Amino acid sequence: MPGKLKAKIVAGRHLPVMDRASDLTDAFVEVKFGNTTFKTDVCPKSLNPQWNSEWFKFEVDDEDLQDEPLQITVLDHDTYSANDAIGKVYIDIDPLLYSEAASVISGWFPIYDTIHGIRGEINVIVKVELFNDLNRFRQSSCGVKFFCTTCIPQCYRATLVHGFVEELVVNEDPEYQWIDRIRTPRASNEARQRLISLMSGELQRKIGLKVLEMGGNAVVGYLQCFDLEGESGLVVRAIGTACTLDKLSSGSAPNTNTHMHPNTAPASNACNSPSKDGKESPLAHGCRSTHNSPVHSVCSSQRLSQNFSVSVPTLIFTGMGSGGSAGKEAGPLRTLLRQQTQTALEQREFPFFTLTSFPPGFLLHVGGVVSARSVKLLDRIHNPDEPETRDAWWEEIRQEIKSHARALGCHAVVGYSESTSICEEVCILSASGTAAILNPRYMREGCLDIGCTDHRFEDPSPPSCGFCHIPYDELNMPFPAQLTYCYHCRRQKVPDVLFTTIDLPSEAAVAGKGCLIQARLCRLKKKAQGETNATAISNLLPFMEYELHTQLMNKLKLRSMNALFGLHIQISVGENMLLGLASATGVYLTALPAPGGIQIAGKTPGDLSNEHISSIQKRINDTIAVNKELYQINPPELAEEGVGSPIPEPRHRSRLFRSHSESSDELSELDLSHGKKDAFVLEIDDTDAVEDIHSLLIDAPPPTGFYSCNTENMPGISNWTSGVQMFTSVRVLRLSNANLTNQGLNKIFTDLCENLLKSFYFKLRSMIPCCLCHLNFTVAVPEEELIQVTVTAVAMTYDKEQTQEKTAEKPVNKGSLEAEEQLQFPLELCADSSSSNIQTASKISGVAESTNISPRAASVDYGSFADRCSTWLELLRLKAHTIRRGSVKTISSLERCSPLQEGRSRSLRSSRSFGGSSVTVVKMTPLSFLPGIRIIKYLGIINMFFIRETTSLREEGGVSGFLHSFIAEVFAMVRAHVAALGGNAVVSYSMKECVFMENPNKNQAQCLINVSGDAVICISETDQESSASTANTGQTGGGGTDGAT
Amino acid sequence: MSVELDVFVGNTTIMDEEVYQLWLDGYTVNDAVKVRMEGGVMDECEASKDVLLSDTMDQYRTFQMCERLLHSPAKLANQLLFQIPPHRQIMLIERYYAFDDTFVREVLGKKLSKGTKKDLDDISAKTGVTLKSCRRQFDNFKRVFKVVEELKGPLVENIRQHFLLSDKLARDYAAIVFFANNRFETGKRKLQYLSFQDFAFCAGQLISNWTVGAVGEYNMVEDMDVDLDKEFLQELKELKILITDKDLLDQHKSLVCTALRGKTKVFPEMETSFKNLSRGLINIAAKLTNTKDVRDFFIDLVEKFIEPCRSDRWTAADMKLYLTHYTNSAHILDTFKHQVVWDRYMGVVKSCIFKMYHD
Repeated sequence: MPGKLKAKIVAGRHLPVMDRASDLTDAFVEVKFGNTTFKTDVCPKSLNPQWNSEWFKFEVDDEDLQDEPLQITVLDHDTYSANDAIGKVYIDIDPLLYSEAASVISGWFPIYDTIHGIRGEINVIVKVELFNDLNRFRQSSCGVKFFCTTCIPQCYRATLVHGFVEELVVNEDPEYQWIDRIRTPRASNEARQRLISLMSGELQRKIGLKVLEMGGNAVVGYLQCFDLEGESGLVVRAIGTACTLDKLSSGSAPNTNTHMHPNTAPASNACNSPSKDGKESPLAHGCRSTHNSPVHSVCSSQRLSQNFSVSVPTLIFTGMGSGGSAGKEAGPLRTLLRQQTQTALEQREFPFFTLTSFPPGFLLHVGGVVSARSVKLLDRIHNPDEPETRDAWWEEIRQEIKSHARALGCHAVVGYSESTSICEEVCILSASGTAAILNPRYMREGCLDIGCTDHRFEDPSPPSCGFCHIPYDELNMPFPAQLTYCYHCRRQKVPDVLFTTIDLPSEAAVAGKGCLIQARLCRLKKKAQGETNATAISNLLPFMEYELHTQLMNKLKLRSMNALFGLHIQISVGENMLLGLASATGVYLTALPAPGGIQIAGKTPGDLSNEHISSIQKRINDTIAVNKELYQINPPELAEEGVGSPIPEPRHRSRLFRSHSESSDELSELDLSHGKKDAFVLEIDDTDAVEDIHSLLIDAPPPTGFYSCNTENMPGISNWTSGVQMFTSVRVLRLSNANLTNQGLNKIFTDLCENLLKSFYFKLRSMIPCCLCHLNFTVAVPEEELIQVTVTAVAMTYDKEQTQEKTAEKPVNKGSLEAEEQLQFPLELCADSSSSNIQTASKISGVAESTNISPRAASVDYGSFADRCSTWLELLRLKAHTIRRGSVKTISSLERCSPLQEGRSRSLRSSRSFGGSSVTVVKMTPLSFLPGIRIIKYLGIINMFFIRETTSLREEGGVSGFLHSFIAEVFAMVRAHVAALGGNAVVSYSMKECVFMENPNKNQAQCLINVSGDAVICISETDQESSASTANTGQTGGGGTDGAT
Repeated sequence: MSVELDVFVGNTTIMDEEVYQLWLDGYTVNDAVKVRMEGGVMDECEASKDVLLSDTMDQYRTFQMCERLLHSPAKLANQLLFQIPPHRQIMLIERYYAFDDTFVREVLGKKLSKGTKKDLDDISAKTGVTLKSCRRQFDNFKRVFKVVEELKGPLVENIRQHFLLSDKLARDYAAIVFFANNRFETGKRKLQYLSFQDFAFCAGQLISNWTVGAVGEYNMVEDMDVDLDKEFLQELKELKILITDKDLLDQHKSLVCTALRGKTKVFPEMETSFKNLSRGLINIAAKLTNTKDVRDFFIDLVEKFIEPCRSDRWTAADMKLYLTHYTNSAHILDTFKHQVVWDRYMGVVKSCIFKMYHD
């Protein structure tokens, strides 16, 4: 079904000087969509051209509308030679394709060139007319909403969660085509940018189709990644969670779901067909035997089989296909399975969810982290239309994950994510998630609206601890773990520690505050090629995982905490080393037993270094005590003593099982045989072990006034104030010393991460008291002897006074309190897990109202609005000035603004004591929310890919100067696109790729950056009413201004 | 092992005012780190030297990237690269255009040319202001000069609007532009005791009273605040009658002396030097049609008036008293017809001398 795309080029400003002789530019613009190109007139001799072009109209299929970006190229006209390109703007028009989002894209876009960066700005207006609205859902996936946010977006309500959607498309990388030998790097990079833009459009459309097949209308937790496989090609892949979302607004009818039968699935399934065969194979016979990967030779060694068991419920012994579902949970499970066969399409056999936080009541139990890794040798992708190899690889991994989850007695995996690490022709594929049991009602249609109160009581566990209860069978445990009766309800069993990849459920009862816990590890490996290399890597992987887990466990104990949330383990491969970085947020769950301390033991009881050992032990005990204080961990003693032991016998038993349930003071007295449980006792048998223990103690706590976490919510802090500072930091370390040991490397790597954190604390000290949230570390080994760490996070201020009050009463009351709240308002699914569970009707209607009043509230250019309201005197003065300016001969290049532009900016300054700015402030955050601010509208997904290159590295301030300006430019372009959509914030922002390459000898460098997020309109919660109306008036004003320029 | 690359970029550009000042003052990164360490910032957040170095480098880079925008401050408000809150923008601009009084004192009245720029290293050595900072300040003067040279309308307002400066700073720049344009001599040894603020005050007086723009009727003339009113300078010649007409001179003297008698300790000195002083002031006025003599205006004031008074140990109050009566008495002279010109002249001279009469 066709649609009409219309674009109008209004003006340019701050263009670069392209003609040295005249110090001016004769600019014109090419507007291209698909194979159609339009041109504007040349605007001679101006750095601030006014084209005011006609509307360029493209009549195109909506499939193209989804796939293609609108390409705008600004050129300098040259009579005698070829026209010089000034730069380009790619505009993703997807946000215009669904009715609820943006209706127009209009604003100033930075003109970007891969060599020169941003070179001025261009004002563009884009509109889309889709013909035949009724039909449009059937032909393409226009209309499916995408969200990067990994929870149900604010101002929506999930009526149905359908499940996992995935897709990948492959292509040759233009950088590696033969033509690359004759064309300039710039042309090559532009081709890459264009291609990736096209591929992500295509991918999104295909995912959209799958969502429609499932009967959904949105993808939440959309995660798109690029694999730059070098010679073997370019893979763009994405996963997400299909949902049916309803907009929370009074009077809006629930979305009608188009029910499509599996049989009518469109042709795009073709690329998925290979997976169909493997799907039916039961998981019972273990993963190892079933695969016939195309890389036959390494097939056996490439698979990571986690053939070791730790007392952590995270690593699952693959061969241990234990009975699967626990008897207790059989009921809901069976319902769910039946459910799945009903709703999910045939090939979607993965009950995976990319969401990390859920509506209350959705998550019943959590089993633990499941992860799978696989080492593959890359081979050229011969036929881009049949990406079956890559599909099969992921299929394999997902099957493994699924079987792990089964082993934990879980039927679903939540907080699921996938990643790769590529070095030369070796690729590590990783997937991880949290095995869980979900409330099946969210997967059944219609059950949410009617009678969900009944469902509520199906599950007897209170929400504050229910998710901690083990989903697996106690008698048939998948790994050795110590179980106790839940410290909260005393009715069901809980493990001693809990690792998860999801966010802390908002209803969970915690004591004290959380903190960021990282395990860092380096492993040297010999340089090798092909299969030998792949084998060597896959042999190293299990040990790395084991060590990372041990480190995590020890650090968790050291902080006196018993659960990890948001666990993310990244293993990055380089030519001569592997890097492992595990990040998570530690927290003390009051439902779980108190963690034991750490016991230091010599090799033999009467070791010679006894004194040494006891001194270390003392340091450890001191650290634990300090940390308890620091994170305010005062678990309620009542739970243990007060309730007159409802089930005495099991409690007794639990005591036997737990190694140390007493406070840390008593620890030193415990005898070894009693405390000898894997993670608790550290044996010092050689110098390495001593080093390890030292490194444990190295991690400095954040300075006073700072907290840190890598999750959406900071456990123990919820009273955010308005201060928000999102940042990205990149550090690259060169290892000059060639013969380093593993220990030495570990130290260097640990210091690198710790120093980064210290830098953040220092830089953000003006925000104290403040919390660094969503600290997302990415490691890479871009070259031999280089370690790159990229961090994106947000610092948020909070009110110190309130926190203390809250935490004081929290541990005691929270559980029961929240349960009550939920019973009172069981009908409302709270979209924002961070906010309180009470969502009153008035609140909702309030949102609805403001939504109706100002659909584009944030597009308002407040500056110019205020400016327009300034007195007529000011305007007169401005006019007089403009006339004066007209006659002035200009010399300095800085002053070559056109009269009109100049006039406009001038008026801004003078009218608002030079504070005014015509640029919309756009907030950015990696979180799904902004403190004190309500999101009233999602405008669409931002997914941008940029390449920047330089051949004058020294002149641009070296590598740091180069990357600094590039990152700043990327931020600027994201902000500009959001502002053009009418938005004023980006939530769930992430920098998914930052590939930096340099060649200092040639004075060259290149960097690729991929960022994504959700563009939104938000308004301050406090003055919602007033700002909504102001915004509305402002909108008209802003529109007028736009028209005038 | 070395840090190859290290950057930190915030969505809202992070700028530390202290580091900004160090950057403006021309400190190298290492020197700035030293200063910051001594300032005790390390204790604030358990920072180490490395942290400080990394932070300082980041900030220096940011400032360098911003510098281009600061050259035309209007751009700062509608550029997209850096998200800087408005109050920060104001701070950035104000500090960038701020200058050292000791430095400006050295170049005041000089031609803002390449030649002067070459002497900056000497000035740097003399004033203790780093060469980098000297260059920035000098370039700022030059930039402002160039821009307002082309503009019509009131000088201070033009500077304020174009460079988004505070009123105070805009006035100072107006003084610098005014001095540079008229090339007033300020460097002579006898003028060394005067500060920039003394001159800035005088410039303000001259701009608002003696320029074309001061009259008010030509509101939109080029250079109206920069060039002195030629007609007025011509008219000043008429004042010579006060010293050439002997009757008038005596009459004037007796009027002044009558008014002053008994009111000051230095009356006898005043009486004896009246004729000399009056001749001095009026000769200055009469010569102002010559560009050369305009340049020497301040040195003439000092030599012909301030020094003689100082050697007679007049206090500032004596000076005020004397000049007030000197000015007012002229109004009573029947035959003296040039009251308007007289007031316009003496008003400025009086307030300039008041300002300049100190140690």
